[in-house]
Amino acid sequence: MEQIIQYISVNQEALYVFILAVFVGIEVISKVPTVLHTPLMSGSNALSGVVIVGSILVLGKTSPDNYLALGLGFLAVLLATLNVVGGFTVTNRMLEMFKKKPAKK
Amino acid sequence: MILQIIDICYLVAVVLFIVGIKLMSHPDSARRGNAIALAGMLLAIVATFLTPGLNNIILILIAMAIGTGSGLYYAKSVKMTAMPQLVSFFNGMGGAAAALIGLVEYGDLAVDEIGKGAVLMASLIIGSISFSGSLIAMGKLEGVIKDIQINKILAFVLLAVAIAVSVYVLQSGEPQPTLVYVIVLISLIYGLAFVYPIGGADMPVVISLLNALTGVTAATTGLLYDNKVMLMGGILVGSAGLLLTLLMAKAMNRSVANILFTSFGGSAGGPVGGDNGDQVAKEINLYDSSILLSYAKRVVVVPGYGLAVAQAQHAVHDLEKALEEKGVEVLYGIHPVAGRMPGHMNVLLAESDVSYEKLIEMDDINEKFPNTDVVMVIGANDVVNPAANDDPSSPIYGMPILEVNRATNVIVIKRGMASGYAGIENALFFDPKTRMLFGDAKKVLTGLVTEVKNM
Repeated sequence: MEQIIQYISVNQEALYVFILAVFVGIEVISKVPTVLHTPLMSGSNALSGVVIVGSILVLGKTSPDNYLALGLGFLAVLLATLNVVGGFTVTNRMLEMFKKKPAKK
Repeated sequence: MILQIIDICYLVAVVLFIVGIKLMSHPDSARRGNAIALAGMLLAIVATFLTPGLNNIILILIAMAIGTGSGLYYAKSVKMTAMPQLVSFFNGMGGAAAALIGLVEYGDLAVDEIGKGAVLMASLIIGSISFSGSLIAMGKLEGVIKDIQINKILAFVLLAVAIAVSVYVLQSGEPQPTLVYVIVLISLIYGLAFVYPIGGADMPVVISLLNALTGVTAATTGLLYDNKVMLMGGILVGSAGLLLTLLMAKAMNRSVANILFTSFGGSAGGPVGGDNGDQVAKEINLYDSSILLSYAKRVVVVPGYGLAVAQAQHAVHDLEKALEEKGVEVLYGIHPVAGRMPGHMNVLLAESDVSYEKLIEMDDINEKFPNTDVVMVIGANDVVNPAANDDPSSPIYGMPILEVNRATNVIVIKRGMASGYAGIENALFFDPKTRMLFGDAKKVLTGLVTEVKNM
């Protein structure tokens, strides 16, 4: 228990960021039309691929003879990249459908 | 110096994320928003490579190359109709990555770092749930996995066990690598048990929720490394995803709790099964349909997933043009959850050049039905089922529907009498105003175009 409280006090800056970010996230998409639900979900899915930063860091600090960790880290980077690249590409494909709108008006 | 530069890059990346999501919530700026968010991501990745003392750079680049190649391939080759499955798949990959990071990091964790350990366990559990849950959601949308009843209490016991084992591992004061794998395994099974019993029609909401969960794991991973870009980005996705989940559920007039803890179909008390008393659905042929359509003043097309599956979005646009040459006004009534996801149908129709102004949202089109001569329901079922309005025992009772039975005539184009995605009978098909036009949507529509042109 003591350690947990200490952890919180050491990392309080991160916790402030955590809590403020929750409100930013809610604020930013509070008014979104139904038509954009799917693209927005896909877009935020691409953003959750930010975990790629952690994957790079974890593989980057693994010693070259720890094969298990290398394997897991390699997989982590690969899957996170898949999430980022695929996510943004698919979102862009969905949103391309919307660009005809102003041209027709 | 280099560390400060990395920090500044991360800060800029976070701002780009926020601006990107903000722009993505308006149709006109959505594409720009996506590009801006992507720029933020690239900046964050480049900055990470500047980290001093980074080993295995070649290995990292190889993994990224494979990931980029396959990501581009899947994202570009998938059909528009299968988009929701792919989003779910990508989401699962992100969750898996977070769980893998947790696994590797556990090896470096000192046993007395309980706070950090707790964050790590959270990454492991949530990441694993997000991974297995997303894959099941994908399978369900694809139709390869059927609904299975799993005791909800049993599922929660699994989650409780995973948490209990984590607490034990943290308290034990010594490394427990085997138990950590056990935690991952139990969490994976929980992810399966969590998504399995949820009806396919509710999958979009579930995927959105799993997406929020992946965001949360990205954030916990950020806490682990004291890395602000992961923390902010992850929480942003977590909270935006959660709100989006609530908005989607609201569009279907279902509460999230209702979706997660009760299942659709099967156990429903309403009329289930092929025969509906002595009621008989009346059929109509192509020729009669085309007469009905050609002499109408206003035709409203109600497209559903069946239209998408048959790849008939171009055929329906051809019919629209043919009818407009005869002076018929053609509109599209779009249910918010038509297709497999909110907004899915708009995307599909826009792809086949249907003008944006013709896509009318539910509330507006419902006012127009009494002045509509013919409604053509193509491959839609549950979203036009009057049971949602007048049968309290129906599982979809309370869901807002397109009230097509207020129009003068209804033509339902369908492959057969099978029930819709929610697995329930539709009284609309037996309505005296309704005529059934059986067949593959694309063939039927192409046939109608020819008939109308010959008129």
